[in-house]
Amino acid sequence: MDIASLLIQVLNAVQYGLLLFLVASGLTLVFGIMGIINLAHGSFYMLGAYLAFALTALTGSLLLAIALGVPLALAFGAALEWLLFARLYRRDHLEQVLLTYGLILIFEELRSLAVGDDVHGVAVPSLLSASIALNKTLSYPVYRIAVSVVCIAIAAGLYLLIRRTRLGMMIRAGSHDRDMVQSLGIDIDRLYRVVFALGVALAALAGMLAAPISSVFPGMGSQVLIVSFVIVVIGGIGSVWGAFLASLLVGFADTFGKVLLPDFAGLVVYVVMAIVLLLRPEGILGKKAAP
Amino acid sequence: MRQPRDCLGLPSPFRQRGRYAAQLGALALCLALIAVPWFGSAFYTELAAKALVLSIFAMSLDLLVGFSGLVSFGHAAYFGVAAYAVALLTPRSGAASLWIALPASIAAAGLCALVIGFFVLHTRGIYFIMVTLAFAQMVYFVFHDTAIGGGSDGIYVNFRPDASLFGFKPFDLGDALHLYYFVAALALLTYLLLARLLRSPFGRALMGIRSNEHRMRSLGYPTFRYKLAAFTLAGALAGLAGFLYAVLYGFVTPELMAWNQSGNVLLMVILGGMGTLLGAVMGALAFVGMQEAFSNLTRHWQLVMGVVIVLAVLGLPGGIARLPARIRNAIAGTAGKRGRDG
Repeated sequence: MDIASLLIQVLNAVQYGLLLFLVASGLTLVFGIMGIINLAHGSFYMLGAYLAFALTALTGSLLLAIALGVPLALAFGAALEWLLFARLYRRDHLEQVLLTYGLILIFEELRSLAVGDDVHGVAVPSLLSASIALNKTLSYPVYRIAVSVVCIAIAAGLYLLIRRTRLGMMIRAGSHDRDMVQSLGIDIDRLYRVVFALGVALAALAGMLAAPISSVFPGMGSQVLIVSFVIVVIGGIGSVWGAFLASLLVGFADTFGKVLLPDFAGLVVYVVMAIVLLLRPEGILGKKAAP
Repeated sequence: MRQPRDCLGLPSPFRQRGRYAAQLGALALCLALIAVPWFGSAFYTELAAKALVLSIFAMSLDLLVGFSGLVSFGHAAYFGVAAYAVALLTPRSGAASLWIALPASIAAAGLCALVIGFFVLHTRGIYFIMVTLAFAQMVYFVFHDTAIGGGSDGIYVNFRPDASLFGFKPFDLGDALHLYYFVAALALLTYLLLARLLRSPFGRALMGIRSNEHRMRSLGYPTFRYKLAAFTLAGALAGLAGFLYAVLYGFVTPELMAWNQSGNVLLMVILGGMGTLLGAVMGALAFVGMQEAFSNLTRHWQLVMGVVIVLAVLGLPGGIARLPARIRNAIAGTAGKRGRDG
């Protein structure tokens, strides 16, 4: 492998890992703060991708589609939390699994009814459709670099939000002790709604950004969901920073697994997870006492 | 625990009544299932066989979810491994011997569960759910991506296993009627085995671990080994179901171990009521019935199924999972609430 193709694989790994981080961060936040296992989180990724497909067809531009789609996803997340998830907080994990499993079936079938089961492509915005030449034969698409940049910006924003703002303080406190936060006069229900909507929007945004790269297809949600679970397990439940590290680890493991061990490409990520579980069952940055 | 309790967890005064009801129900169910091939067409006989196979599958998961408090979301992996074992053991030109193929597929599934169990049982709660799912997905990819079992296309099992033993052939699995009763007999055997097991000290220990693992450990029980044994046994029994499924349909694909199969079997266990073996059987029968009814109505039958699931969770205050405990408490008059996951 020469330098140029190595660079391409590294960039691909980073881009894939960062995109996964957008999905996994929402999952881990909802876990860590609200104590909810949400199997339907992958459906939000799918929702985002199909929103990108539909809105791009409508407006003619992916950028416009994202600008419209993110507020839609936020609203959808808030509505879903109000309608269903708010009823799940004090429930057993098993019931959460069951309800969100039912939601996946509903979302998949609604998607099938609304858009059908075909694979659709989404055009890269013309602004970003160029490629950077690396040497005589190899080049790298600008769009993928742009995706990485957007993801890094969002990761930084998330860090600032959680560490530096009043909302972030409430989120951190809420993950620690729900009842105490409530008795301090903070509206925990509203806080949960905000966090959940944020998680949905992040997953949907990841789906929108991924749409031109991976195209839009049935079952894309569950694929991402399971990889996100792996990331949350590796990173440690509730740890956004852990999810970030784990996302990059998974991005690299998956990308280089496909290059170096093409026969076992699907497996590499799970082997990494098994190793982490053996060495640190609570995840890289997880707290010792698992919930 | 001074008061003897049966596998429903009922204190002894209620034990007899509960047992009679369960025995009566089981008897009625047995008679109905024996009668199916006489009254039903070939189609319904096959459907009933499928329901029985899934009953074995659901009972094996109930051992984990209902009796040991281990919510496995990857149970389809062991089902699938055994199904592939039959397919790979069947030569192209003829049938495999039943007496080799059956134990070998069960052993393959059990071994797979033993190895995965060693990893996943270090975790608990939400983690356990996710990790079992992830490992099952790993097994799925082994068969989906590599050429071991025909990749994503799957493989055919062209010949049903041959039951001859030393030149004597007690029954012929190629015959639909024989196959049906073979499946029914194994389902009954699985029920009896598990019911016996759950009344044994081993079963009591598992239920003790479900209620309070710390206390069991303080009492000197090696809880990890108990859980690993339960996980392995559940995997092996899921393997039995997978074996029968492959023999019944003659075709295996990686989709048999896809994550929605794990979701479906979990659904069966919860639908029927966790922690009762007969409940798991009823759940499997109800699932097959619903699937059949809804899929005749619409191509999008999963939508109906999804709505049913969501309404079921929302509509039962305290939840389906707590329902058996609530009834139990109501009967015994003990309002003491004890959370399982602490």
